[in-house]
Amino acid sequence: MKLDAKIPSGPLASKWVRHRSEVKLVNPANKRKLSVIVVGTGLAGASAAASLAELGFAVKAFCFQDSPRRAHSIAAQGGINAAKNYQNDGDSVHRLFYDTIKGGDFRSREANVHRLAEVSGAIIDQCVAQGVPFARDYGGFLANRSFGGAQVSRTFYARGQTGQQLLLGAYQALERMIAAGSVQMFSRHEMLELVVVNGHCKGIIARDLVTGALERHAADAVVLGTGGYANVFFLSTNAKASNVTAIWRAHKKGAAFANPCYTQIHPTCIPVAGEHQSKLTLMSESLRNDGRVWVPKNAEDRTKAPRQIAESDRDYYLERKYPSYGNLAPRDIASRGAKQVCDEGRGVGPGGLGVYLDFANAISRLGEATIKERYGNLFEMYERITGEDAYKVPMRIFPAVHYTMGGLWVDYNLMSSIEGLHVIGEANFSDHGANRLGASALMQGLADGYFVLPYTIGAYLAGSKAPRPDVTHPAFAEAEAAARAQLDRLLAIRGKRTVLSYHRELGKILWNECGMARNKAGLEKALRAIPPLRAEFWENLNVLGSGAELNQSLEYAGRVADFMEFAELLCQDALHREESCGGHFREEHQTEDGEATRDDERFAYVAAWEYGGPGKSTLHKEPLVYEEVKMATRSYK
Amino acid sequence: MKLTLKVWRQTSAKSRGKLVEYAAPDVSPDMSFLEMLDVVNEGLIAKGEEPIAFDHDCREGICGACSLMIDGEAHGPENLTTTCQLHMRKFNDGDTITIEPFRARAFPVIKDLVVDRAPFDRIIAAGGYVSVSTGSAPDGNAIPIPKDDAETAMDAAQCIGCGACVAACKNASAALFVSAKIAHLATLPQGRVEREARALSMLAQADHEGFGGCTNTNACEAACPKGISVSFIAQANREYLRAVVKKA
Ligand SMILES: Cc1cc2nc3c(=O)[nH]c(=O)nc-3n(C[C@H](O)[C@H](O)[C@H](O)COP(=O)(O)OP(=O)(O)OC[C@H]3O[C@@H](n4cnc5c(N)ncnc54)[C@H](O)[C@@H]3O)c2cc1C
Ligand code: FES
Repeated sequence: MKLDAKIPSGPLASKWVRHRSEVKLVNPANKRKLSVIVVGTGLAGASAAASLAELGFAVKAFCFQDSPRRAHSIAAQGGINAAKNYQNDGDSVHRLFYDTIKGGDFRSREANVHRLAEVSGAIIDQCVAQGVPFARDYGGFLANRSFGGAQVSRTFYARGQTGQQLLLGAYQALERMIAAGSVQMFSRHEMLELVVVNGHCKGIIARDLVTGALERHAADAVVLGTGGYANVFFLSTNAKASNVTAIWRAHKKGAAFANPCYTQIHPTCIPVAGEHQSKLTLMSESLRNDGRVWVPKNAEDRTKAPRQIAESDRDYYLERKYPSYGNLAPRDIASRGAKQVCDEGRGVGPGGLGVYLDFANAISRLGEATIKERYGNLFEMYERITGEDAYKVPMRIFPAVHYTMGGLWVDYNLMSSIEGLHVIGEANFSDHGANRLGASALMQGLADGYFVLPYTIGAYLAGSKAPRPDVTHPAFAEAEAAARAQLDRLLAIRGKRTVLSYHRELGKILWNECGMARNKAGLEKALRAIPPLRAEFWENLNVLGSGAELNQSLEYAGRVADFMEFAELLCQDALHREESCGGHFREEHQTEDGEATRDDERFAYVAAWEYGGPGKSTLHKEPLVYEEVKMATRSYK
Repeated sequence: MKLTLKVWRQTSAKSRGKLVEYAAPDVSPDMSFLEMLDVVNEGLIAKGEEPIAFDHDCREGICGACSLMIDGEAHGPENLTTTCQLHMRKFNDGDTITIEPFRARAFPVIKDLVVDRAPFDRIIAAGGYVSVSTGSAPDGNAIPIPKDDAETAMDAAQCIGCGACVAACKNASAALFVSAKIAHLATLPQGRVEREARALSMLAQADHEGFGGCTNTNACEAACPKGISVSFIAQANREYLRAVVKKA
């Protein structure tokens, strides 16, 4: 496999502008004749599908929900970054670029990140024009808030529902193109196979989830905007149906998978209440501005009522270990701190997997009214879920898997290692390196969909001589047969265990051995545990019903089957990367006081894996060459 | 907690459905309503019975996928709460709970508790957008918008498109859903350019889909998990009249 990132030459700051004006254009008369399949209609997919249709391409878009408006993107709360410098606080394209590179712990591609920062401003303009009701100040101008990893205020937001409003903007743009007849929308459809003809991706096999019918769809190019894979851990903050299927099946057809071990864990989520837990809910990190994190000093106190534990018997461990950052230590540090005290047996709440986030001090200092004004809706949400009143007893929080930086490898044009297959949004690996900064995923999804892919896909479409095949081509028959065989096999097992039970078991292995902190022995243990679990899955799974109807267990089984394979690659990547960087923390590689140590000599590359059967992937390295920025050590002391 | 469930089971759009009784013997008050259904489903599969189908995804009250009538109330007994955010501590040991799909002529049942809400997408496609192609937008701060207007637009734009308003309405009217979008866009300068055409075509599409008329019972507002106000229906009516007058 040859990986050519196709980064344009010339100075960093002018690469994109030049590339954009030099990239091949498709003759307007030909655009109607060219068709593009967009799988996924979250922020990335909906914005891409709408924009491509506006340009004149014939677009087919797919999502598995009943409506494109329900994609996981809808749940993003905090905001979206853009280098507008509306606050006059010194923001610039360069500063956003640098913050993102540094936030990613120097494991992302300079040229891609710079482009992201360059187009960020236009995203806000576009969204405002669509009617996205961003927060405004009294003069009627756009308001900003600050977010982690930046010293400027560049985050735009719509209350606590920024993702919802941005997605509805993109969804409405998409519906407009559907009404115009330029986009054919296939809701409740799931892509199961990619169709590759002579090395070019030319279509998909999709299952109509209502009738169960398998359908063949051909196109001149295919785009995947199918989101992240955090649900491989079973419990995460992602929507329940988010999955790895589309990108995993593309990987099995030849698309390189990059940096799967870069996963992000969010420190402030509501802890697990019991074995029935189905997902985890994120609580805004802003709570750490006024809440103090603590656990009992002595493990024996962990079952006592928190207010019964004397001040002198409490360990405010973040304040103790990071005196200057205190409770506002960065995400990864705060998460690992919680894990450590729980590992020591000092965690609170069910299962001892929680730490207190206590507002008592803030309430006595500022009054309950002020706290209510700042966080009222979060306290309500907390009460709805836990039944506890956080004005009276401290909240309990615990870290949870939240976002995945890894994904399919793409070049500068967002094309994967399969010709014609493009990947956008969280599904690709491109911009966040080993760690994503808050409010940057929404920015990247919309950058890819509105302002990057619509240009760069032209490089393929205008240059490719590979014709669009008819759906009667043998490659379609073969892909359809493979999809059918897998469905039939899942239905034929009729064993004893449910899909959910396997998913939960797989998630536990990953969370324990490949979660917040990883080490060689643990990863090897996971790599020994996954193949037998997968084998058992294929022998003892119980999926009832048929394939010719709406069958949610069957859909779920297919997704977990892919997680079972993908999990192994995730651990393999984590095992090979013998350094700590961003969201990937290897216990062997830390300083005496527990700080991550990167190894730029050996690991300043993108790890792109080529599929060779489960557990038999080949590593390819794309070296990360920094022309503009000097790699430095992040410090939070 | 021990509960008894009466759940609507229907194998397909064409078949007839009926309520089937299930025991839920081991429910923890910390479970969400959907987690309770997960547990019931695990038990059904173990017994070789097909699990109950229901729509859900985010389980955070924002995607609008979940959609149950619980004891006759859309999204159940708790105000301002979607089914996925409803927790079992709101129920009592020994309760019998009846669970049915959102019912409306325009929302046919697909299976069990899953209904087809595609008409909502078609109503948006009829005009629930600003016609601005990618790339043609002016600077985000070019048009200042009074803070109050931005807040009002946001109040309306919060709609999650779940359909509870339709399910709660005796006429199965989509007035609250349609009005929220008309009001959201008409409140902002960006949306005013197309306000007349939008109001006419969205309301026409809602009629065409088979949603009923609004008779101001306000049941929709009471059922809406986001608390969207019926005042937007009045605003949309004004938009409609304005459009009719202008057209005449
Ligand atoms: C709780 C939470 C809060 C967040 N808050 C923020 C924030 O404040 N700021 C920020 O920048 N980021 C935030 N993020 C991250 C951000 O929301 C996501 O990274 C981003 O929305 C992903 O968008 P996407 O378009 O790539 O994918 P998604 O929105 O996940 O969309 C995936 C799409 O692909 C479709 N799909 C997937 N597989 C298939 C298949 N096989 N066949 C057919 N269709 C398929 C789905 O139906 C869906 O339409 C948050 C994430 C979470 C979990
Ligand atoms: S599952 Fe998303 S709102 Fe309930």
